[in-house]
Parts: sequence; structure tokens; C-alpha cells
Amino acid sequence: MGGTIFLVNFFTMGAAPVKIAVCIKRVPEMDGAFKIAASGTAVDETGLKWDISDFDGYAVEAALQMTEKLGAGEVHVISLGPDVVQETLRKALSMGCARATHLKCDVVPFDPFAIASALAAELQGGGYDLVMFGKMSIDSANGAVGLMVADLLGMPMVHGCSKLDIAAGAGTARREIEGGGELVRFSLPAVVSIDEGIARPRYPSLKGIMAAKKKPMDVKPAQLGPVRLTVQKMDLPAARAAGRILGEGAAVVPELVRLLQQEAKVI
Amino acid sequence: MPTYRAPITDYRFLLTELFDTSRLSAYAGYEEVTPDLLASVAEEAGKLCEDLLFPLNMSGDAEGCTWENGVVRTPKGFKEAYKAYAGGGWIGLAGDPAYGGQGLPALLRYVVDEMVCGSNLSLAMYPGLTQGAFETIHLHGSEELKTKYMPKLASGEWTATMCLTEAHAGTDLGMIRTRAEPMDDGSASVSGTKIFITAGEHDLTDNIIHLVLAKLPDAPAGSRGISMFLVPKFLVNPDGSLGTRNGVTCGSIEHKMGIKGSATCVINFDNAKGWLVGEAHKGLRAMFTMMNGARLGVGLQGLGLADASYHSAVAYARDRVQGRSLSGVKNPDGPADQIIHHADIRRGLLFMRAFTEGARALSVFCGLHIDDEFRAPDAPTREAAADLVALLTPVIKAFFTDLAFESTNIGLQTLGGHGYIREYGMEQFVRDARIGQIYEGTNHIQALDLVGRKLPEGGGRLLKRYAALVAEELAASGQVPQLSAFATTVGGAAKQLQDATMLIMQRGMANGDEAGGAASEYLRLFGYVALGHMWLRTCRVALEKKASGGSLDASFYDTKLATARFYFERMMPMTHSLFASISAGSGAILDFPKEQF
Repeated sequence: MGGTIFLVNFFTMGAAPVKIAVCIKRVPEMDGAFKIAASGTAVDETGLKWDISDFDGYAVEAALQMTEKLGAGEVHVISLGPDVVQETLRKALSMGCARATHLKCDVVPFDPFAIASALAAELQGGGYDLVMFGKMSIDSANGAVGLMVADLLGMPMVHGCSKLDIAAGAGTARREIEGGGELVRFSLPAVVSIDEGIARPRYPSLKGIMAAKKKPMDVKPAQLGPVRLTVQKMDLPAARAAGRILGEGAAVVPELVRLLQQEAKVI
Repeated sequence: MPTYRAPITDYRFLLTELFDTSRLSAYAGYEEVTPDLLASVAEEAGKLCEDLLFPLNMSGDAEGCTWENGVVRTPKGFKEAYKAYAGGGWIGLAGDPAYGGQGLPALLRYVVDEMVCGSNLSLAMYPGLTQGAFETIHLHGSEELKTKYMPKLASGEWTATMCLTEAHAGTDLGMIRTRAEPMDDGSASVSGTKIFITAGEHDLTDNIIHLVLAKLPDAPAGSRGISMFLVPKFLVNPDGSLGTRNGVTCGSIEHKMGIKGSATCVINFDNAKGWLVGEAHKGLRAMFTMMNGARLGVGLQGLGLADASYHSAVAYARDRVQGRSLSGVKNPDGPADQIIHHADIRRGLLFMRAFTEGARALSVFCGLHIDDEFRAPDAPTREAAADLVALLTPVIKAFFTDLAFESTNIGLQTLGGHGYIREYGMEQFVRDARIGQIYEGTNHIQALDLVGRKLPEGGGRLLKRYAALVAEELAASGQVPQLSAFATTVGGAAKQLQDATMLIMQRGMANGDEAGGAASEYLRLFGYVALGHMWLRTCRVALEKKASGGSLDASFYDTKLATARFYFERMMPMTHSLFASISAGSGAILDFPKEQF
């Protein structure tokens, strides 16, 4: 018993303050009505509302909870894009992150490697114990930037964590896999990406919103890597065809069965 | 299922472009307040309403509150949502930081109120009166009461009520029978029964603080003999911890048409220990601190519900296909056209939209003047602002809740039979909106307050100040060629308002019932002019921002102009009919033999 208490104290009180970076993306809220822009290769942004990508929001919350649990350390938040991403960074600051870095570029490229190169250049030498991502952005859904950053930084990478704990130079994480789960252990520094279910993002408090206005926001040009991947064309899902009413009552059942077998081929 | 989309883009426009909120930062205590901060707080409050409060709106209505042996249970999920809301510091938003408040502008409180009430009015009722009680104790309470109670109210650890109504005394509070006997220790022993007490008993917090109107033994008769007492459910020890249960019990809860998740209680005071707030026999004046804020709050409840109904109605109208457009097929690939193509559906939706956006502008305009009233460094600005707020308060309360009821009803109608059944949530908006026309002084009482108290004050000073502001806008908009027709419309309606004022004042002096019979129509006429004033300003600023590059999409400004056109062409003409009714006088009402009713 005594030994256990000693270990807990050692990890939480004695450990050096942990430094976590969370990389977040500004995305349109998914319940809006989407249209394709005149270019045919992007979404028309008129009238859309924007927020932190869902999985990135879970990552921010998980990072804040870890530093709160350890009683020491701070969370930095990084985003890449035009000036409007500063709104999204402020939101993370109002949740409790300590400082923000805006990697400025006019357009967010589609190529994950171009983005990963800019993030890795910023994170390199930042002294982070842990670099966190959402497991994918909910708009482009590549799920690749975190993996590429890990490779560029030469760090271990755990993709899709549903639980996460760090202490004294190492971390443990749980991943949900088909039909079960697995517990993994990794050395720090490391890159992790976060799955849903880890933590519900907190609502910024009024105090948090006001404090966020005074927290540091560094703005730097994004050192994007080469763009070798672009979107050629976007399309919307085909509209659902109208249903067909065959009639009412038991008399139409044979016809229904025939159509399900021969036309729809589902039974 | 209905949806709730918080109007945060509209608030960004109102708080950063339509009105000059940057003046607030010059006021003591508001140094850090910028237009952008206001818009950011509104945005986060909006998300909280969409994600946390709205999902409990329909379930709270279906489940309602239950009462058993004096204990009230609120609907499932309310407690957790309340804790998250209180924990974010939202209840103490505009409160004095010396007593635990966040010290933000009063304006912002009304912004947040609209969205909180629109997303879940029943839940909003629990913290709703706490803010008013905080201000009332702040202005009228002793230092001891302030330090003991205000921080816990600001944090939401406790809630508060206002206990006015008794079974036989609603509008006429002079008739109340609740008694307060002074005790040797400086407290009072309060006994009596109050009804219709919002959040009088519930399971969200450990203590409830009642502000109770009662009569001391030496009280003069009528409303000049009413005193206010602070009566806690649990007595509070000197160290702030909870002591014994006070003589306060909940006799039952009401079964109501709407706001079913809000506990409306009968509260019995049996030799309950209370403390005088403010001076003896001046309780009604103290209660009006709470009441005036509450009246504006009720207006915003209406606005919020109308907005919620609008968005759900639009979503349905875009989706539902039924019949063909009278001007030809609009949806050739489908079996019928979307009902949003039908002219009458569009008329209804535009009525809702032109009302809610105009009303929202007026509420921000009024909220900004509340901050001027209390914080402006110079006395003339403070006095002018106080006049404007006093004049607009009954208009906002009654006009907003009347048109909100009409709006939610149109929202229901848009869905036809599907609006009438529960599944789509549209009938709940109608039921929840209906109370706004009744409580915090019925809408006719608001009209009498406007006509009988606010108009004559200082020889018509309040209306003169307001008319000068409208004239200023007419002059500014009159310079803009695209707006000359709209400006003429508003100018004509403003003239009708002036003429109607003269008629009512002259006739009312000879016979009070003449004014009483015209007051409700007069208030409505006032409301249409006030919204016209706001729409004119909105058009002028939208054109400016469109030309100079505002912070919002060009389509936002175009839509404002298109909505304003509907307001001026299809809603504002109502002033002609109202003016004709008022001009006809109240003879037809007063001469009718009462035996024939």
C-alpha cells in the first residue's frame, strides 16, 4: 500500500511539468447545408458556421484533463490556415489552453504532407512531451497529418486513442479495434491521435472567454511542404429517388415480395 | 424534431456593426469590453444553448415537474444542465464582481437571455429570477444581506424567487394579506400564502432565496404599505453553511398550458424568518428593480421562442412537398413543389423573420441604453438613457410577447397537421410563448403603464426624447436614395404615433376609460414604429457595410435589405388600421350595455 502511494506521489508531484501541443483544424459545422463552389473542387463557404473539428476538440479536452490531473504542465494549441483560424484558436484558449500558434497561409492545402511539413517544422525543437491530433478532420477525413508528423519528427505514434495517460517519460493508451480493444505503452515524446469517447469537450466558461483575449497568440508564416495532391472534382450524393406506393393491405404483398427479389434484389 | 440555431451571426452584426458598442469600454468597470468580446461571448453562449439546453426542451415538456409531500422534482437532465450553466459563470454575467459577479455589461445579459429562453424556456426560468434578485439585493439590501447571499446567487449555488401574487391579489398588489411581525433580533416573522411562484421549490440547488412582499403591522393601506423581505428556504449560518429549515413549504405545483418543466409553486410561509430589504413600506419600489428587468426578460423570451419556431418552420417548408406553385411548377422532378414556393407560406415565414430580427435589434438598442443609464460618466446621458429604457420596457414586454405568440402560431401553421401534433415540437413553442403575454404584468397592464405613467411623465419628456432619436435616423436615412421610400413610411408612422398620443392624452383627461380602451392598440402602434426605426437603421448600415466591406458575407446584407422590404411593405401598414381604431375612440366599447354581454 505504502509503495503505491509513494509511486503515485512520485509521478504526479515529482514529475517535471508536462508540455503538450494539440494541433487543431477549423472546419465547417456538419449540420449546415453544403453547396459546391463554382470551382467545382471546394465547398462554397457562404453562410457556413465554423468550429474546431470534432476529434480535435476531444484532443484539446483530453490534454487539458491530463495537465489538470498531473497538477502541472501546459497545453499549447496550433492551427494552420488564413487569419480566421485565430477564432478557432481563441476558442481553445478559452477552454484553458495556455498559448496559441497560428501558422499562416492563405489556403489550407488538401495534401496532408504539405500540412504535416509545416507543423513538424514548428513542433521540432519545441520541447513537447506529447503532440496530439484528432484522429481525422471531419471535413477532408484523410486522417494522415498526425501520422506524417510523427514520422517527420521521428517519434512513436499511437493512432485513435480512446483512453490516454502519461507519467514519467512514458504513456499508455487504449485503442478500439474491431471486436475489442488493446492497451499500448509508448515512450515520450510521442505523437497520438484521439478517437471519440475519450472526453466530451468542455464549454468555455465566461472567465475562460475573457482570459483568452489576453493569452499569447504567435503568428508565423506556415512553412508548407510541396503540394503534390489536389482535388480534381467534388460532387454531392445523388438525390434519393421517390418511393413507390404499391397499394394497401395483404393483396399487394406478393407483388412487394416479387419486386424485392427481382428488382431490388435484397431478399 | 425541431432544431435550434442560435442567431450568432445576427448578434455579430448587431454588436459589432449596427450599434456602437465600443463606447462601453469608456465606462468604469467595462475597460476590457470590446465589440469583438461581446460577439465572442454571444457565440459561445449560443453553442451552449444549441448543445446543452435545447436537447432537453422537448423531453422536459413531456415529463414536466412532479410534486410529492412538498418536494419538487425537475425533469431528467435539468440538474446536470443547470450545474454546467451555473459553473460556466453565466448566471452572474452582469453582476458586480465585488459580490461574485462577472462584471460584464447588462446588454450582454439580454443577448444571452434571448438564446437561453429560446432554446429551453422552462430550464431558463430557474436561474432567470436569480439575476434580478441579485440586483435587487445589491441596490436595496443591507451590507450584511449582500455579503451573505449575493455571491451564492451569482455562482448559481442558490436560486431566488420573487413572491408577489396571492390568490386574491395579482395585478392589484395593494390587497396582499401576507404579514410580517418584527422580532427582537431585528428579523421578521413572515406568514402567508403566495401563488404562481416560479422556481419556488425544486431539486437543482440546496437553498432557495425568496424575496417576499408582506405587510408590517403598522402598514398604511394599499400599495403604499408593502415591504420586501428576504426569506431563505434554509437559514444560513454566520460561516455561510446551511442551518435549519425555515418555515417555508411548497403546498403544490400548478398544471399549466406551457413551460411545463418550470415548477410554478404555491409557497406557504409559516412564521418564517425573514429580513427587511430596503425601507419599510417601500417594498414595491424595491420590487420594481427586479420587475423592470424581468419585464424586458419576458420580452426576450418571446423573441427567443419566435426565432426557434422560425428556424424549424423554414426547415420543414424547404423539405415538405405539397401541391404546385400557383405560378408554375418549381420542382419538376418531384411529385409536388416544396411548400416554401407557396406565396402564403413565404408570407408567414417573412412575418416571423422580420419580427424577430427587428425585435432583436430593438432589444440590443435598449440593452445598450441600460448600460448608459447606470455607467455613463455624465448625468445628462444617464438621464436620457433612463428615460428611453423606461419608455421602451412596456413596449418590449408586450409587443414582443404578442407578436411572438402570433409568430409561433404561424410556425405551427406552416407544418399543418404536423404542427398540431407533438412530434415536431411546434405546438410546444406556442404553449410556452403564451405565458409571456400574462406574467410580469399582463400586456394590458404594460399598455396602461405606457399610456398612464410613461407618456405623461415630465410633460411628455420620454416620448420627446424618443421622437428626437427617430427624427435623427429619418434625417440620416433620408440622405440615402435607396431608402427614401422606407424613410417616408417610417416618418408617416411616427407622425401617426404623435397624433395618437395627443388624442389619447386629451380624451383620457376627460375620461380615463377612453385611454384604457385605446392603450393596447396604442402600444402596438408604438411597437410597429419602434421596429420600423430599427429596420431603417439596419438598412442604412447594411448598405454602408456592403459598400465598404463589412465583416459578414455580402449575402447577409442583401438578406437584411430584402427582409426590411417585407417589413415596410407588408407589416408596417398595420399602423394605419391601428391609428384608425384609436381615432374612433372608445365609445363603442364603453357604451355597450354590460347586461348584454
